[in-house]
Amino acid sequence: MTLILTFTVLILVAISIWQITKIFELSQVNKENNQVATDADNNYNGKLMFAFLLFLYGLTLYSFWAWGDVLLPEAASEHGSDYDNLMWISFAIIFFVQTITQALLHYFAYKYRGEKGKKALFYADNDRLEAIWTIIPVITLSGLILYGLYTWTDIMSPSQNEEALVVELYAQQFNWKARYAGSDGVLGDANVRFLQDFDGKNLVGIDATDPNGLDDVVVQELHLPAGREVIFKMRSQDVLHSAYMPFFRAQMNCVPGMITEFAFTPVITTEEMRLSPEVQAKVKKINKIRNEKSQELLAKGEEALEPYEFDYLLLCNKICGASHYNMQMKIVVETPEEFEKWMDQQQTFAQSIQ
Amino acid sequence: MSTAAAHVHEEDHGHHHKETFMTKYVFSQDHKMISKQYLITGLFMGIIGIAMSLLFRLQLAWPEQSFGVFEVLLGKWAPDGVMDPNVYLALVTIHGTIMVFFVLTAGLSGTFSNLLIPLQIGARDMASGLLNMISFWLFFLSSVIMVMSLFVEAGPAAAGWTVYPPLSALPQAQPGSGLGMTLWLVSMAIFIASSLLGSLNYIVTVLNLRTKGMTMTRLPLTIWAFFVTAIIGVVSFPVLLSAALLLIMDRSFGTSFFLSDIFIQGEVLHYQGGSPVLYEHLFWFLGHPEVYIVLLPALGITSEIIATNARKPIFGYRAMIASILAIAFLSTIVWGHHMFISGMNPFLGSVFTFTTLLIAIPSAVKAFNYITTLWKGNLQLNPAMLFSIGLVSTFISGGLTGIILGDSTLDINVHDTYFVVAHFHLVMGISALYGLFAGVYHWFPKMFKRMMNKNLGYIHFWVTAVAAYGVFFPMHFIGMAGLPRRYYTNTAFPYFDDLADINVVITVFALIAGAAQLVFLYNFIHSMFYGKPTEQNPWKSNTLEWTAPIEHMHGNWPGEIPNVHRWAYDYSKPGHEEDFVPQHIPLKKGEEELQH
Repeated sequence: MTLILTFTVLILVAISIWQITKIFELSQVNKENNQVATDADNNYNGKLMFAFLLFLYGLTLYSFWAWGDVLLPEAASEHGSDYDNLMWISFAIIFFVQTITQALLHYFAYKYRGEKGKKALFYADNDRLEAIWTIIPVITLSGLILYGLYTWTDIMSPSQNEEALVVELYAQQFNWKARYAGSDGVLGDANVRFLQDFDGKNLVGIDATDPNGLDDVVVQELHLPAGREVIFKMRSQDVLHSAYMPFFRAQMNCVPGMITEFAFTPVITTEEMRLSPEVQAKVKKINKIRNEKSQELLAKGEEALEPYEFDYLLLCNKICGASHYNMQMKIVVETPEEFEKWMDQQQTFAQSIQ
Repeated sequence: MSTAAAHVHEEDHGHHHKETFMTKYVFSQDHKMISKQYLITGLFMGIIGIAMSLLFRLQLAWPEQSFGVFEVLLGKWAPDGVMDPNVYLALVTIHGTIMVFFVLTAGLSGTFSNLLIPLQIGARDMASGLLNMISFWLFFLSSVIMVMSLFVEAGPAAAGWTVYPPLSALPQAQPGSGLGMTLWLVSMAIFIASSLLGSLNYIVTVLNLRTKGMTMTRLPLTIWAFFVTAIIGVVSFPVLLSAALLLIMDRSFGTSFFLSDIFIQGEVLHYQGGSPVLYEHLFWFLGHPEVYIVLLPALGITSEIIATNARKPIFGYRAMIASILAIAFLSTIVWGHHMFISGMNPFLGSVFTFTTLLIAIPSAVKAFNYITTLWKGNLQLNPAMLFSIGLVSTFISGGLTGIILGDSTLDINVHDTYFVVAHFHLVMGISALYGLFAGVYHWFPKMFKRMMNKNLGYIHFWVTAVAAYGVFFPMHFIGMAGLPRRYYTNTAFPYFDDLADINVVITVFALIAGAAQLVFLYNFIHSMFYGKPTEQNPWKSNTLEWTAPIEHMHGNWPGEIPNVHRWAYDYSKPGHEEDFVPQHIPLKKGEEELQH
């Protein structure tokens, strides 16, 4: 029944738009049938062009007013502030150019709207003007390119830090695992061929004949010590995934058959982040929304939503199949002491396969 | 057409024969008919593509809701009206494929290259009518196969329009990677063949069949754009063909070009030594130039329409040609900016950042030249002109965020988020669509001998213009908030709960934009049969197509082809009574030809 009903409604909507359009057209029969823009058309469309400029500005202002708080969450990694600086500088340039060019475009469309008898200025070329607007972008972009490359090299250069923590991120449809190198500081060899060893207990396919692997620790929740560089080695066992950690301005694809790398230093612990005013405001806002939803659900006799508490997240950001939208892992950043304590409680690979 | 003219025409074409329905409307070798065939097939595919986007927008705005329309249109893939995640992915995949290739490549370039190249350069037809016909029918065949793939048991391809392996290579990875994916690849292979035949034909025609006096520097910018687009296509499409063929080999014949070390559904697969990153390189070697294959024709159309309707020469004609060439050249060496975080060497990232940001320079020149063309013009705000101005606006808004995405550093955090979706929809999706609409409103009289209704055109433009920004502007915000694209719903992350409202806003605007296209569709179909009959040169344009008789004929002009004596942009030239001087009018005594 709903089937037929929806179908009818859809068709009716389509027909009514069609008919309204037709009525509109028929209502103009008595008017002059001239399908080329007249002075009157130029006049009101020119004014609408100006109004459109105001619409664009209004939309921009409204969006920032209403949604400005969702932009770029507070950075929690060492290179995060460099990233954010570059981002805001680029944004400033973009806004400047956007504001000016849209104004010129729409203002000219309004100002020079056509009139019968008026003649346009025959103005085909001006080398100096063109040189100016070639050179200005060249200079601006050179600056941006240099700044960008400098930051990029900074972030992406292979780490020489011997103190760094090496963590393997392991992706599969549709969850994440993390592997720590254990007391020897070296990740054991691994390959998907070993996944079926030990009745499937070998979660990330560690080669049991490699002594380096025996003390490795495989976990489902990523813990990181604050203030220490972390080098991530990424693997995937099936399709492409992408390890996306927006709070740390970090992302790298996980590619089957190869190991990719990304390194950063987390600087704010989860606990500290929860106390940041920005995050608290966000959590409050989200819980208000969830509360309202919960009321609706309760009224329907369903279970209420859990209240939200802030946590860092690792998301999958490369299309990987049906549950792509729910492929996530919690990241806990804690003090080095807490981290050591947590690590001591974990089972090593050797223990887990016994 | 007078009998005398017909007689001359008969003499021009000794092989002239009687036309049947089949040769005139179906297997036509006439470029004007082929262009209409492209347009109508492209519009049909466009309806499917846009309808799909509305379906997944509904899902994104109200993820928990059940929709009757899902049940009706998606059947078993939306049990109780709730969309299945696999179908969501299939919808975004096919939406992307159809819009990029079938609507904005074939529908836009195929239509207007075919219509305008012979008519604007003064040729009787394309260099090879037969190849041209084959090109269209291959495109038609690939469209049919793509549409057929929607009805496959396990669903159509669902690996995203880029169909990265291993997801696209392994049927175990998702249902859409079975027969649906095979059909996708076959369809694309045929599409590429069609595109190559078309492009070769365009290049040869522009180089060899220009009428007397039509030097390369007197060509209208439309032709320059189509010409350069065809060259980019010939250079880059074959690489996509090789990617598709290798992927077919991996899928069906057990090779390991793109696959290595895979464990899926409890089984270790035999693939060894391949790399998905190789596929990404091959794909984007076409994929990025494809953006310009889509965009350049739209910019060419806009150049022509803005000059005509501003009653002013296009500003900086030579700079416009130079920037088209610069964009074309750069477009082939920037593909890596889609792969900054793919695992390729970070040094390559630096190189691609450099080349990518360089593209902003010719693009900026184009934008400034358009704006200056409007300055002190006498703007005739026809619907085509509005869409052209709209194009410049979205081209700027969308292009500017490219500065962020093209910068490898900044890309790290916004890669594959809605920020990207907002960027490319504005800069190539909406801009190219506006170019398509502008072209249809402007050349409708040439194609169908009738005018489209201007008031419906105005409604169409203004609603679309507002709604398009309404859809894509807010997407920048949810992208900067870190929301990945291709998520079936955001409810799995309470962190994104405060973005739900923005998603509703976007969907409402999308529905409005969708409805506005019905106005266009009505106007298009109705005007085809009942529109006001056109005059010879309704927009008082300079280019040669308006000297050809309204009634279509083989060979385009009865008798001699007009000779060309000037560039296409002598609008409002001092010393002339009228505010336009068509290209075939000889220079007056003492009149200087503007060499720009």
